[in-house]
Amino acid sequence: MSVSFIERNKEKFEALQKVIDKNKSEPGPLMPVLQEAQEIFGYLPIEVQDFIAEELDIPITDVYGVATFYSQFSLKPKGKYRIGVCLGTACYVKGAQKVLDELSKVLNIDVGATTEDGTFTLEATRCLGACGLAPVIMINDDVYGRLEPDDIPEIIAKYK
Amino acid sequence: MEMVKLTIDGVKVEVPQGSTVLEAARAANIDIPTLCYLKGINEVGACRMCLVEVKGARTLQASCVLPVTDGMEVMTTTPAVREARRVNLELILSNHDRKCLTCVRNQNCELQDLADRLGVHDIRFEGEMSKKTIDSLSPSIVRDPNKCILCRRCISVCRNIQGIGVIGATERGFETSVEPVFNLSIGEVPCINCGQCIEACPVGALREKDDTEKVWDALYDEDLHVVVQTAPAVRVALGEEFGMPIGTNVKGKMVAALRRLGFDKVFDTDFAADLTIMEEGTELLNRLNNGGKLPLITSCSPGWIKYCEHNYPEFLDNLSTCKSPHEMMGAVLKTYYAEKEGIDPSKVFVVSIMPCTAKKFEAARPELSTSGYPDVDVVLTTRELGRMIKEAGIDFVNLADEEFDPTLGDSTGAGVIFGTTGGVMEAALRTVAELVTGEPMKDIEVTAVRGLDGVKETNITLGDMIIKAAVAHGTANAKALIEQVKSGEKEYHFIEVMGCPGGCITGGGQPIVDAKTKLDHDVWALRAQAIYEEDRNLPIRKSHENPSVKKVYDEYFGEPNSKKAHEILHTHYVERKKYV
Ligand code: SF4
Ligand code: SF4
Ligand code: SF4
Ligand code: FES
Repeated sequence: MSVSFIERNKEKFEALQKVIDKNKSEPGPLMPVLQEAQEIFGYLPIEVQDFIAEELDIPITDVYGVATFYSQFSLKPKGKYRIGVCLGTACYVKGAQKVLDELSKVLNIDVGATTEDGTFTLEATRCLGACGLAPVIMINDDVYGRLEPDDIPEIIAKYK
Repeated sequence: MEMVKLTIDGVKVEVPQGSTVLEAARAANIDIPTLCYLKGINEVGACRMCLVEVKGARTLQASCVLPVTDGMEVMTTTPAVREARRVNLELILSNHDRKCLTCVRNQNCELQDLADRLGVHDIRFEGEMSKKTIDSLSPSIVRDPNKCILCRRCISVCRNIQGIGVIGATERGFETSVEPVFNLSIGEVPCINCGQCIEACPVGALREKDDTEKVWDALYDEDLHVVVQTAPAVRVALGEEFGMPIGTNVKGKMVAALRRLGFDKVFDTDFAADLTIMEEGTELLNRLNNGGKLPLITSCSPGWIKYCEHNYPEFLDNLSTCKSPHEMMGAVLKTYYAEKEGIDPSKVFVVSIMPCTAKKFEAARPELSTSGYPDVDVVLTTRELGRMIKEAGIDFVNLADEEFDPTLGDSTGAGVIFGTTGGVMEAALRTVAELVTGEPMKDIEVTAVRGLDGVKETNITLGDMIIKAAVAHGTANAKALIEQVKSGEKEYHFIEVMGCPGGCITGGGQPIVDAKTKLDHDVWALRAQAIYEEDRNLPIRKSHENPSVKKVYDEYFGEPNSKKAHEILHTHYVERKKYV
């Protein structure tokens, strides 16, 4: 599996190599390299962290320590559909937390997690700038507003 | 050396500049409590157990990382200090699985000691404790995260001293955990099983895989002929398990205790060390004379071997094909010895008492089973043997000395010094010198390869041949040395590597010495002294002069590196992946 992951993502690894070469001699290269790696791959699987560790000549535990310390990094791939629940003030006041709880219940995952089948990732986001529609969620590029928890099962069903 | 004067609890002390307040306090006979501090290894000021009040400072200071300054006034038992220490300790305890009675470190635990010393009888922060899975997939190392106090001593040793770094801190805050990456078991990452992390751990969060039950079972299995062998390093440390001073040689008592436990024969791995010298010395000369792969690198240390297999596959052909001494002994026991005694090899059960946790992994390697059965059935560490002797109620300290059983228990000074860094090299040179020049070596003590320098070098002139030799101990030092060889910066004929810093006498299976004792005892030096003393006092100090080794060649192998010797005493290595 691992070999094929590296083969399947040859170009991405080449891009990562460039990022590493650029940062290698700078002080504190790990953070920027991880950020760009996350951009390139969308998440930081063991193959990517191992690659970074080898190239920067540091233990993989250092890479993993940083990757798990900051919530901006993800160790698992994101789902096909990324559901963002706006927790900005307006949405929050209008019951966004209840919507989020309902999503978590319907999908059977915690915030930040991805469903077993890799279809949905549930995330809490900052203000999406659609306060007039509060509470708002986004599923990839689709926006849903003025939501009640009861609306959720139907919306999710559309993507299944 | 420049001295600094200060007072600690009103006592005037004078200590060398650069000392910490913690060290200065010890000079004033004040023992400040510590937990994360491990001299030379983990000096990070993380646990805040060692707090003191310094006149003029606004906050309490961690004395383990606080350098002394002239005129400093330190107070170690003010109400603020006592309360802060207590709160810290209670917080640690509130998240600790406090099952001391059934803990491997009961009565040998720095946390337990501290709770006792500070008189903590009541914990104010009774928190919720999550039950985490015990990681026991590795054949050598067991990790119990429920007992981990996040002191990071293991991380420092694994990362900095061993240059490996397979355990680290993950997540943050309440979720912080010290473990391998991606929830892998320590048995699934390129851990070399050296056990140095166990030696560093103040509590029972890291321990060896306990195999004593397998040995008890074998001892009471009437079908089995149960044979035990002991590595040279065990005799200079086992006594510590029974309160004897560090560096006491308890060879005779150890042999007596093993007989009492019921082993049918008690043999000495030192014999096999002599055998190793015959095989490896001959291998070296063959490679030198026939254009073989050089440098030849020793293969006695299974921690080093696994490190090389993961990290330097291009050097696998440089490794001596010799099995490690206890594996040689196992193979000899299930072939030569079994034949001679008329016992079926399947009925010979071989137990190795080793200072080493990596030998547990080694014994399970499928290629190490010459007779069709594993060369060695069970490896016990020095600590596990101590446990068996205690359980059996043997009054170890007062046992009368006994001798090893003959032939495979006969050894030389060369075999004994295998226990310390530089010992294999020195033993090999004692024999190789004579093989090459045909004359006895003038001074058989090769002091250039003794001692604790990370890498030691020497050139030995033998007739018109110069042997360039190097010795490294601890895998971080080995890495530095191998890199130099790889880049062509250095050239050698013969390299000794031991995976543990200091060699086997400070191996990962040895009795655990707490941080406080290590502050003013050089554990390696004390044990090494005992090893070198035994060497000096033995009538025979060179492997090729061991009459029993000669006998085994005459009766069985013919000569070193013969076809039979190759089949039984040699092995091969495999490239291993790291993470992907
Ligand atoms: S680690 Fe120490 S304090 Fe914790 S249970 Fe074991 S003996 Fe007790
Ligand atoms: S056994 Fe050695 S390599 Fe493995 S985790 Fe412990 S210190 Fe690191
Ligand atoms: S496993 Fe032991 S040495 Fe490592 S952090 Fe935990 S308590 Fe400290
Ligand atoms: S902070 Fe000094 S011993 Fe931990």
